[in-house]
This record gives sequence, C-alpha cells and structure tokens, in this order.
Amino acid sequence: MLVVDDDTALAEMIGIVLRGEGLEVSVCSDGSGALAAFRDSRPDVVLLDLMLPGTDGLEVCRQIRAESGVPIVMLTARSDTGDVVLGLESGADDYVAKPFKPKELVARVRARLRRSDAPEPELLRIGPVTIDVAGHAVRRGEDPVSLTPLEFDLLLALARRPWQVFSREVLLEQVWGYRHAADTRLVNVHVQRLRSKVEADPEHPEVVLTVRGVGYKAGPA
Amino acid sequence: MLRGAGARSRPASALSRLRRAWRRSLQLRVVAATVALGLLTVSAAGAYLAQEISQQLFDSRRDQALVEAARGATDAQDRLDAFDAATADEVQDQTRVLLSQLEGVGPDRDRSVLLLLPPDNRNPAAIGDVYRPGTAVLPSRVPEDLRERVREDAGQRYRSIAVAQGGSTSPALAVGQMVDVPIAGDYELYFVFDLSREQATLDAVQRVLLLGAAALVVLVGAVAAVVTRQVVQPVRQAAGVAQRLASGALDERMPERGEDDLARLARSFNAMAGSLQQQIRRLEDLGTLQQRFVSDVSHELRTPLTTIRMAGEVLHEARGSFEPAVGRSAELLATQVDRFEALLADLLEISRYDAGAAALDPELLDLGALVRRVVDQTAPVVSRPGSSSVLVSVPEEDCSAEVDRRRVERILRNLVVNAVEHGEGRPVRVAVGVDDGAVAVRVRDEGVGLTPAQAARVFDRFWRADPARARSIGGTGLGLAISREDALLHGGALEVAGEPGRGATFLLTLPRTAGEPLTSRPLALAGAEAATRG
Repeated sequence: MLVVDDDTALAEMIGIVLRGEGLEVSVCSDGSGALAAFRDSRPDVVLLDLMLPGTDGLEVCRQIRAESGVPIVMLTARSDTGDVVLGLESGADDYVAKPFKPKELVARVRARLRRSDAPEPELLRIGPVTIDVAGHAVRRGEDPVSLTPLEFDLLLALARRPWQVFSREVLLEQVWGYRHAADTRLVNVHVQRLRSKVEADPEHPEVVLTVRGVGYKAGPA
Repeated sequence: MLRGAGARSRPASALSRLRRAWRRSLQLRVVAATVALGLLTVSAAGAYLAQEISQQLFDSRRDQALVEAARGATDAQDRLDAFDAATADEVQDQTRVLLSQLEGVGPDRDRSVLLLLPPDNRNPAAIGDVYRPGTAVLPSRVPEDLRERVREDAGQRYRSIAVAQGGSTSPALAVGQMVDVPIAGDYELYFVFDLSREQATLDAVQRVLLLGAAALVVLVGAVAAVVTRQVVQPVRQAAGVAQRLASGALDERMPERGEDDLARLARSFNAMAGSLQQQIRRLEDLGTLQQRFVSDVSHELRTPLTTIRMAGEVLHEARGSFEPAVGRSAELLATQVDRFEALLADLLEISRYDAGAAALDPELLDLGALVRRVVDQTAPVVSRPGSSSVLVSVPEEDCSAEVDRRRVERILRNLVVNAVEHGEGRPVRVAVGVDDGAVAVRVRDEGVGLTPAQAARVFDRFWRADPARARSIGGTGLGLAISREDALLHGGALEVAGEPGRGATFLLTLPRTAGEPLTSRPLALAGAEAATRG
C-alpha cells in the first residue's frame, strides 16, 4: 500500500503500525511525486493526506482516480469542514480523522482491502443495470459501466436485497465496515457518484432510489 | 353582521390611520401648523378689512344722505311755507304731492319720505301721518327713540334701521327733522334712505375677501408642503439608507448634491457610513483570521498528536514486555494522550463557537430513540460497580425533531455521564417530553447535588464544583459549556437546578423545527419529581 503524507514522522509511524499488521508499505512525502509513486508501486490501498505541499491532496486524489479504481482513504485533520465532502467528491472512498488510533486506521484499511472470497457466479438486475458479481462488472443495457470497488459494493448491497430500504447507518456498516455510527456524508457523496455513473438522469434516479427520511433502496428490477 | 362590523371599524381605522400619519409625518404636522397659523392671520386681516370697508361705505353714504336730507328738508319747509291752502284737507293733498316730489320717481328712487304727527301736537286741524301708499317704509318702522330725539330739538337726527322688503330685510338710514306745516302745526319729516345697494357692494367685497383668504390659505399650505418636502425628503432618504445600512447593506450611500445643509448632511452621513463599513470590515477580517487560525492550529496540532498517539498505543500494546515502571509510563502516556486529545477537541469546538463558525446541520430524528441509544452506549462506559443505573422514560407520542445529530448526541452524552458520575449510586432518571413546538430531555440524579451558586456556574468553562473530586473523574471541564452552546445553536435551552445532597436536574429543550424560537416547555425543570418518584 501507499502512504502519501508530508509529515515524515507520521508517515513513518503509520508504516510501523501497518507493517506490524503484515502489510507492505511505501511512502511518498509530497503531492507532485504521488502519482509517479502510485504507478511505481501499484498499491492495493492509498492513504492520502489532504494537506500536501506541491500538488494538493484533492488533486492527487483526482489524478489517481482518473486511472484507477483503487481504494483511497483520506487522512484529514478537519473532519467537520467541507474538506471531507470535497475529498469524497474527488474520488476518495473513506476518510480517517486525525488524531486516530492505530486500530482505527488498521480497521479502515482492512475494510478497503477486504474482498468477498471467491464469489458465486451471480447475475443481479436493477432496472436497466445488470451486475455480474463474480466478474466484478456492471453494465447499463449493453454498455459497460466502470465502478470503483466501493461503488460496486454499494450497488451490490442494494441489489442483493431489493425489497429492503437501507438506512445510511446500515450502509456504513455493510459497505464501509463501520461498527459504530459514522459520518453519513460518506453515503450521500458516494450515492451521488454512483448515480452519476449508472443513472440515465441522475436528477431523476431509477436505479438507486431515495426514501425520504429513511435512506436508499434499489429500483424495481 | 359582518358588514356592521366593517362599517363600525372603518371610521375607527381611518381615524387611527390619520393619527399614525400625524405621529409619523413631519410634513403633515408642518403643513397643518402653517395652514392653521395662515388661517388665523388671514381671518384677522379679513375681518379688519371687511369692518373697515363697511364703515367707510356707510360713512360716505351717511354723509351724502345727511346732506340730501338737509337740502330736502329746507326745500320742503320752503314749499310748505308757500302753501295756499285754507283747510286741513287741502293741506293734506298738497303735502302728499310734496312728499312724492321729494321722493323722486323712477327706478333710481332710493328714499322714502314720511311726514309724521308728533304725539304732543294736539292741534285739531292736524292731518295725521302722511306717506306714500304702498311704501315699504311704514310709519311704525321709524323707531320711537329717533322720533323722541327729533322732537327734542330742531336739528337733524339719524339712525340705522332695518326695512322689510319682500320677505327679507334690508338696511336703511332714517334721517329726521322737525318742519312746520301750515294749519296742521309741527310735524316730523323723515327721509329713509335705502342702503341695500351699499349692502350688495359690501356683500360682494366680503365674498371676494373670503375667496381671496381661502385661496391664500391653500396657497400657504401648498408652499409649506413643497418647502417641507424639500427638507423632509432628504431626511426620509437618510432614514431609509440608515435602515438598509443597519440591515447589512453596507454599500448604501446617500446621493450628495450641491453644497447646502442637506448636502452637508448627506456628506457627513456618508462619511459615517464609510467609517462604520471600514470598522465592520476590519472586524470581519479579524473574525476570518481567527477562524483560519483555529483551523490551522487544529491541523498543526493534530498531525503530531496522531504520531504521538500511535507511538503511545504501540508502546502500550507492548507494555507487558517492559519493566513495571516503563510499562506504567506507557499506560500513563496512552491515557493522557487521550485526555489531551479530548481537551484539544473541546477547545477547538469552543473556539469555533467563539468565532461564530459553528453551523447547524439539522435532520429529522426521533429524540426518544436517540436518548435510548446514547444511554445504551454511554452508561456501560462510565459505570463501575455500585454506580448509578439509568432509567429512561419516553412517551408514546412521536418525539421527532429537526436537530443536529452530532451536537444533540454530545449534549445527551455529557448529561448522562455527568449524572452517573455524580449520582452516588442512586438511580439517574432520564425523561423525554414532547408537545407541538418542542421536545425536552430531563436528566435527574439524586447524588451530591448543587447549591444555587454552583448551579449558576456549571456552564462556565473549566469550572468544577469540587476541584479535587472532579479531576479524578476526568472530563475536560468544557463539556457543559459546549453543551450549552449546542443547545443555543438549535434555538433551544439547557437549564440546571439542584439542591445540595438531593441531586441535580438538567433540562434540555429544543424546538421541533430547526431555527424556530422556543414557545413552550414540554417538561418542567423542577416539580414533577414527586410524581415520577410515585
């Protein structure tokens, strides 16, 4: 995995903790070199500080997202400001607010690394959208839709139980792996991003429906 | 009935509108005062003029009348003396002719002439009163006092009288003099001059005066209106601009035209607005600077703190392999880093409130469920053997309200933790109440309690009722201060009451619609205790 952080002490400390968990860690200390480091090491997860010298963290996030669906977890010192939403909108999957505990960080990273073990061949359908679970592929009609793993998981969670309305808290638990209540903005931003990819008209969604005051559900098959 | 009410209220409302306009419009008051003063002046002048003119008219007519009457009387006496009558009847006939000659003929005839018998003339040959038949002036019209004065001496005497003429009366002047009638003896000769033509002139003059006065008053009123408008208009404009300035449109200015007093007013007003704007801008800049500072501090402190914390945790995990003293040090490091972090978080939250940067993020939530969850999550964390249990009572009604989940959870957590820590092992009761406008949560413990002086200070920053005791329990000392700010941000209230040795009660009341003012209290701070204890 790749850690992009300008604070070398923190980057080293993160390295120590994650290596202790048996992960392979490479470190990049500024934004301008982040993309090269990413191409170099091909990590399974990117840990990205939002405040970086050189290229801004949001920009790095966009650059990486432009060429890969790799899970990106932001490190932020300002969880209560618009920075988080900006980061999520730039393509980050999740965030960890400073100061975090090592366990919290490990849990976040593990949740992003987790893969459903050898899924059954399964074909799900919401309206015009078909989901090939084993092949990790989504099509709208005949056109392939490129989703990040997180967006795929989100769509899958909704599609597996089309009769159920998912509250944001439940989605946080199932898709992001949070055990306690967390920031529901994560869900809002990712639902919007998912809609922009799978809906014909994101303003009038028919695949991911909003249930006012409760949460989201899959559209009719 | 409706119409009746409307008809009744309309004049009242018109009156009140007029009263309000009177109170509020300087222009109306100035115009009214000017018109009133103008009216007074013009009527005084008009009255004087009318009086003077009528006097002049009368005087000149009187002088003329007296001259004519004197000439007439002399003429009459000469002719009477020249009578060649032998009997009373002849005298009477010739007198009639004389009178009609004296009166004149034609439409220009403006006088009546009467020859009246004085009561003291006992001459048996007297011919009685002589006058033209059909005349408007009957002998009875000549007043008795004039007749007495005429009889007293030989000269001319006169008096104004009123003469009836076709239903109306017109003014007239009666001039009398004694004459000597042959055979019949002394007689009173009266010339009664008709003044109706003079009266008509006077009427016309008065009409013109009245019209002129009315026109003058209207003109004066209009001039006053125009002049005050010129002065009041800029004042009104200034008031409008000031109002817009006050409501935040700091770029508003008055137009500056010319160099008169009003232009000076506009200029100083604009100068004032300019300096105000500058001050406000500076304060705003300071506020932004403060917010930036807070935000930067947050970032700068949090990054090293994260490293410290991770290092501490790593050491803490490995403390089993250390010597006891080092192991304990690692433990202390870990717990104190937690405390440091909590303190930092609270400090940042408070400074965010101080900078006015705290924003509400409301969503519709069921307060009952929220209370239950907070109690379920919090109570186990703080409970130790023998500590207070928490009893929750939630009404069956819908307790949903638009609240900021993070902030309300923080308030509830603070209150519950606080109550359990101070509860002395006796139960803590949490009650939720709801009505149309508000929801309330009351947390009551039966522990050490508070004096009123302490209750007044619990929301102060870093304040502790008993420093030695509270520090061992922990907490940053900012929890209740933040909770209070959180409640106020919702437009709600957080209140406290207590009694030493009998416990403390905290009451959180929040409006059900975010931003609405609180109008009701679903739960009371004190009083319901006996009932709940039941």
